[in-house]
Amino acid sequence: MKDATAFNDGTGCEVNKPQLSCIALVDIDSAYASMERVFRPDLGDRGIAILSNNDGAVVAANKAAKALGIRTGTPHFKVKDIIEKHRIALFSSNYALYGDLSNRVMMAIESMVPAYCQYSIDEAFLDLSGIERVEPLELFGRRLKQRIWDWTRLPVKVGIAPTKTLAKVASYGAKKYPATGNVVDLSQRDRQRKLMALMDVGEIWGVGSRLRWQLNELNVHTALDLADQRPKDMRRYFSVNMERTVRELNGEQCFPLDDSSAQKQQIVVSRSFGERVTEFDEMFGAVTNYTVRAAEKLRSQGGTAQLFTLFIRTSPFSADPQYSKSVTTRLPWPTDDTRAFLARARTLLESIWRPGYRYAKAGVMLGEIAPLKQNQADLFQGDERPAGNPLLGLIDRMNKKGLDIRFAAQAGPAGKMKQARLSPHYTTRFSDVPIAKIK
Amino acid sequence: MKAIPVVDPKDCPKALVPLFRDTVAAGFPSPAEDYIERQLDFNELMISNPAATFVLRAEGLSMIESGISDGSYLVVDRSHTAQHRNIVIAALDGEYVVKQLQTTPGFALKSMNGEYADVIPTSEQEIEIFGVVTWVVRPMV
Repeated sequence: MKDATAFNDGTGCEVNKPQLSCIALVDIDSAYASMERVFRPDLGDRGIAILSNNDGAVVAANKAAKALGIRTGTPHFKVKDIIEKHRIALFSSNYALYGDLSNRVMMAIESMVPAYCQYSIDEAFLDLSGIERVEPLELFGRRLKQRIWDWTRLPVKVGIAPTKTLAKVASYGAKKYPATGNVVDLSQRDRQRKLMALMDVGEIWGVGSRLRWQLNELNVHTALDLADQRPKDMRRYFSVNMERTVRELNGEQCFPLDDSSAQKQQIVVSRSFGERVTEFDEMFGAVTNYTVRAAEKLRSQGGTAQLFTLFIRTSPFSADPQYSKSVTTRLPWPTDDTRAFLARARTLLESIWRPGYRYAKAGVMLGEIAPLKQNQADLFQGDERPAGNPLLGLIDRMNKKGLDIRFAAQAGPAGKMKQARLSPHYTTRFSDVPIAKIK
Repeated sequence: MKAIPVVDPKDCPKALVPLFRDTVAAGFPSPAEDYIERQLDFNELMISNPAATFVLRAEGLSMIESGISDGSYLVVDRSHTAQHRNIVIAALDGEYVVKQLQTTPGFALKSMNGEYADVIPTSEQEIEIFGVVTWVVRPMV
């Protein structure tokens, strides 16, 4: 990945971009649960839990549900009793709803700041440059929170700080201490240090459980302990990213707002089947769908991929005979063209397909992702443009508008998910709009 | 299909460009061709803040003068500040209901339906207004 990073001065910090005076992290509180609540005033303070694709496991839960013992990642059947006993409202994931509400939050953000960068479906980093000259940042944060609520009925947390990593720290404070009203301004150094002293190092952005354990070995326990390490040492013991984290904790911007190195290095689209698949054609249809979806995701982040992986497997939780196999191919050039992947999908699937098994899951993975370079296309003459084909962009836009343009090999309804508790598509289908009683 | 630039886009940055135009292989071009505009878009008319606008459907009997009937689609703008006499969506007893807001002489949610009474909240009661109904859409045939 050559061009993914702009850090090249050896210290791990960016040299040529002007520093932003302040950054805010906005994130939606218990996003999926809050989104399910928007059109359900009857849910009140009830616990809410959301199931994964295919209703397999809990992927999200609000505070009330967590307090009752619901943990994300737990298989559905293990929490059935708690859910029934405590009347926790349970939903299948409704990504049409979540995506629409997420866009609305981003639009509300856009109406108040000069620049922002969406980080995930429920988080965005905002550039607050210049705002401190107009009004106190904390006040601005509260106005932003209020506007998002006013427009979307969604509660958010706002963390304000000089760097992205510190904005994450601020957001942690906004969540942990309700007295803050979910808005924390950490632009002052003494406040940063005070909060970091109370924060476990494992809570720091980018420090996972393995790194936490290794840091503990070095007697680094709190976020402040980490901030007080020498950046160069951290690079030597861990990686350049850990050095950047330490610098960021000290107020030095190392992760730019629109971070292309945050571009996903890998795109995975996989599903468990609602019913076991035993026929090749059905499997091929499913795999084709995943390939189309993965290529769409790739284009939406403006990337190209060169590695194409396909996998199929039976269910490890069943008594069926077991089989699991994946295969990877490297394309002759990086591409974002659905057809280039599809052209290889059948051969790949044929190479790993074994008849007689009851397959439970399949997926595709795109790897070696790099940013799309427009001029690349000009190097190649002829019909197969390796990347950046405007036709595909057009198809993506039309499909987004609700049309259903499919590639020839793509399956119809095959591979449909089990979604027994799906809420209505309140905001995207006229047939599903919420009801208001005339009273 | 080829678009023929009529004006240099640099000279006229705001010129409207039709999304599609006819291919005219032979004969005269349509005299209307230079006057093509976009078609009417009801979103433009009815939605001033897409981020805050939701569509709900009314259910139940209502008083005729309100203009809202069973099955009407209600365009609701949450960013619109509710004012005296606005039709609003309120959360009452766990459901969204259509009421008329009254702020003077006192706060009340006036009934839109003869079978229901007006709601006058007590001082400690908090009523959530979901949003203001800005448009009503209903079929006439």
